[in-house]
Amino acid sequence: MKKVKKFLGLLLVLTMVSALVAACGKNNNEETSSPSASNSTSPEASKAAEKPAAGKGSVYFLNFKPEIAEVYEKIAKDYEAETGVKVKVVTAASGTYETTLKSEIAKSDAPTIFQINGPVGYGNWKDYTADLKGTKLYEYLSDKSLAVTSGEGVYGIPYVVEGYGIIYNDAVMKKYFSLADKAVSISAATEINNFATLKAVVEDMTAKKDQLGIKGVFSSTSLNAGEQWRWQSHLANLPLYYEFKDQPGFDSTVLAGLASNEISFKYGANFKNTFDLYINNSVTKPGLLGSKSVDDSMAEFALGQSAMVQNGNWAWGQINGVEGNVVKSEDIKFLPIYTGVAGEETQGLAIGTENYLSINSKASADNQAASIAFLEWLFSSDKGKSYVSKDLGFIAPFNTFSDSEKPADPLAKEVSNWMGKGLTSVAWTFAAFPSEDFKNYFGDALLEYAQGNKTWDEVTTIVKDSWKSEKEKTKK
Amino acid sequence: MEKSIKKYFAFFALPTIVAFTIAFLIPFVLGIYLSFTEFTTVNDASWVGLDNYTKAFSNQEFVNALWFTVKFTIVSVISINVLAFFLAMLLTKGRRGTNIFRTAFFMPNLIGGIVLGYIWQLILNGILYKYEVTLTYSAKYGFWGLVILMCWQMIGYMMIIYIAGIQNVPKDLIEAAKIDGSSSFGILRNVTIPLVMPAITICLFLTLSNSFKLFDQNLALTNGAPSKQTAMLALDIFNTFYGKTGYEGVGQAKAVMFFLLVAIIAIVQLVITRRKEIEN
Repeated sequence: MKKVKKFLGLLLVLTMVSALVAACGKNNNEETSSPSASNSTSPEASKAAEKPAAGKGSVYFLNFKPEIAEVYEKIAKDYEAETGVKVKVVTAASGTYETTLKSEIAKSDAPTIFQINGPVGYGNWKDYTADLKGTKLYEYLSDKSLAVTSGEGVYGIPYVVEGYGIIYNDAVMKKYFSLADKAVSISAATEINNFATLKAVVEDMTAKKDQLGIKGVFSSTSLNAGEQWRWQSHLANLPLYYEFKDQPGFDSTVLAGLASNEISFKYGANFKNTFDLYINNSVTKPGLLGSKSVDDSMAEFALGQSAMVQNGNWAWGQINGVEGNVVKSEDIKFLPIYTGVAGEETQGLAIGTENYLSINSKASADNQAASIAFLEWLFSSDKGKSYVSKDLGFIAPFNTFSDSEKPADPLAKEVSNWMGKGLTSVAWTFAAFPSEDFKNYFGDALLEYAQGNKTWDEVTTIVKDSWKSEKEKTKK
Repeated sequence: MEKSIKKYFAFFALPTIVAFTIAFLIPFVLGIYLSFTEFTTVNDASWVGLDNYTKAFSNQEFVNALWFTVKFTIVSVISINVLAFFLAMLLTKGRRGTNIFRTAFFMPNLIGGIVLGYIWQLILNGILYKYEVTLTYSAKYGFWGLVILMCWQMIGYMMIIYIAGIQNVPKDLIEAAKIDGSSSFGILRNVTIPLVMPAITICLFLTLSNSFKLFDQNLALTNGAPSKQTAMLALDIFNTFYGKTGYEGVGQAKAVMFFLLVAIIAIVQLVITRRKEIEN
């Protein structure tokens, strides 16, 4: 018995000591590796500086788009095989990018490449964004005005141009237009060019939904918490785009928005037009929308339960990935979001970006250089470009891409088509929205409106008040 | 022997002290310091004094969350303890299947809060779907949903503690009371309850602090919907810290006040119930 006890005691001591040693060992490693990376005078680092292409630095890319996380992993592996530079890719879960970034960037091994969402995001992260003016990456930009700039510096480089609108399934639309008793005079979805026509078509389709084999015209208006961005950012973009466009003296609606301390939300009624159309002709009853997510509504579309859904070209992967997808790629088309504003016949899709890459200015010089080199490789080498256009499906705003290297997915093609039609694209004005909270207040109000607990007037008041109060908070 | 233990006290306590300092003391002190500063990431902060505290109180959402939490705590503490005590009484009567029931009632406590939140969200929404609404329809639904969830989770645990207390009540005392002609309610009131007072102290403390600090279940079940009306304090703090840039310090200030509040309430409760405990 005594022997056993002694043995047990010894074992315990051993495990404790080994744990301590292991912990210390790890610490030591880190301590020896980090100074050599940051201290550029050390012989090792200066040697690395002489070798320009493959520096000693490593890359940590904090990815914003969960839907393409796997592709980034593949790219990282490929890049490491080619250049020997380690690329770590971490993907923030949907809707938690700011949270993840905030905790990751405080670590000693912080992200070297991260993403900001435009001028407002730059305001939040300006202490961490490096000036990219002298980089080749900035030179590659086909339209330099797209970058996030402040004074002389360039702090965010857009890497993808996206468009959103109402995605529709042309197969269902064709079926509808071939009906003998349809209530509208037009004969193709492409002829819809204003809200009145859209409304007539949609409401008639709802009346005949059994004949068409759908459960509702629109997919569920996802109003679950964290799933509201299609309404509080994307749909809300339209009334505010028109409002800021009316303000004279600004180069863009984003700048006008950033300069506005208060909004009148005068096109609010137009927002209501479209929003009402969505919730009243939906697959799901208005009272139940609070439990629906974006995934739900994309799945409804992919399974042919709905004919239309508001989303952007990034949704192709989602639609295509749904098991039992019945929507053929040649049937998937875009329609601009019409809200009943005068002259909207010439309105195009909403095209812009809220994806800007920034380099962490507090990372070591080597890591910054390695990160820039990685991005330049991704957007200019043949291998990188093929990843960007084929696998990531980005419409990249860089002059390194030729026409044949544009993405092949149907929605991205549609975006290019619409851009070439000579219509006025709607700028992504929501980059000027004062804060995430503003959007959330808006979204919450929409949920309560959809459930019938709030009137539209109350929603309007909330939108106006929260714009004002959130704007004040950004000032201090 | 005694002497050598004293001699090596520091050596043997060291691993625990180091762990405690790293995992608790340092974050705690840093947290209090950060509540007086403005910061984006925890390692560069600038001092702003009591600014964060005034901002926290002028924030309507914080006050709402405080009220919601207080209401929730009162309702859930009462319902959990009453029901748990009742079950404990039933399951100490020596009926058949007692052990199976005890196990079944205890099981929910073994499931994590987030999972429970989603499970109950499905169940409750499933029922509410019939009436064409969901949990987000009104704050009331969220409130009672949370109460049901908490009861379901905590009752079993509290029941076990009560059972242990009730089984410790000496049989001869109850017998004596019976001979004296006491009714069964009288026995419960004058013999059982005073003797299980230590169990009551523990149960009240656990339910009170757990209800006050509730986070996962709240996050998974309603996430504050509609319009943050069902956000409890912990969730509000989380939202302030991560949801608003420039408000990290305010979130931290809220967290410090939250800590003080929970500590004060728990201590007061402990002192009061302790006084009622009697020597066995």
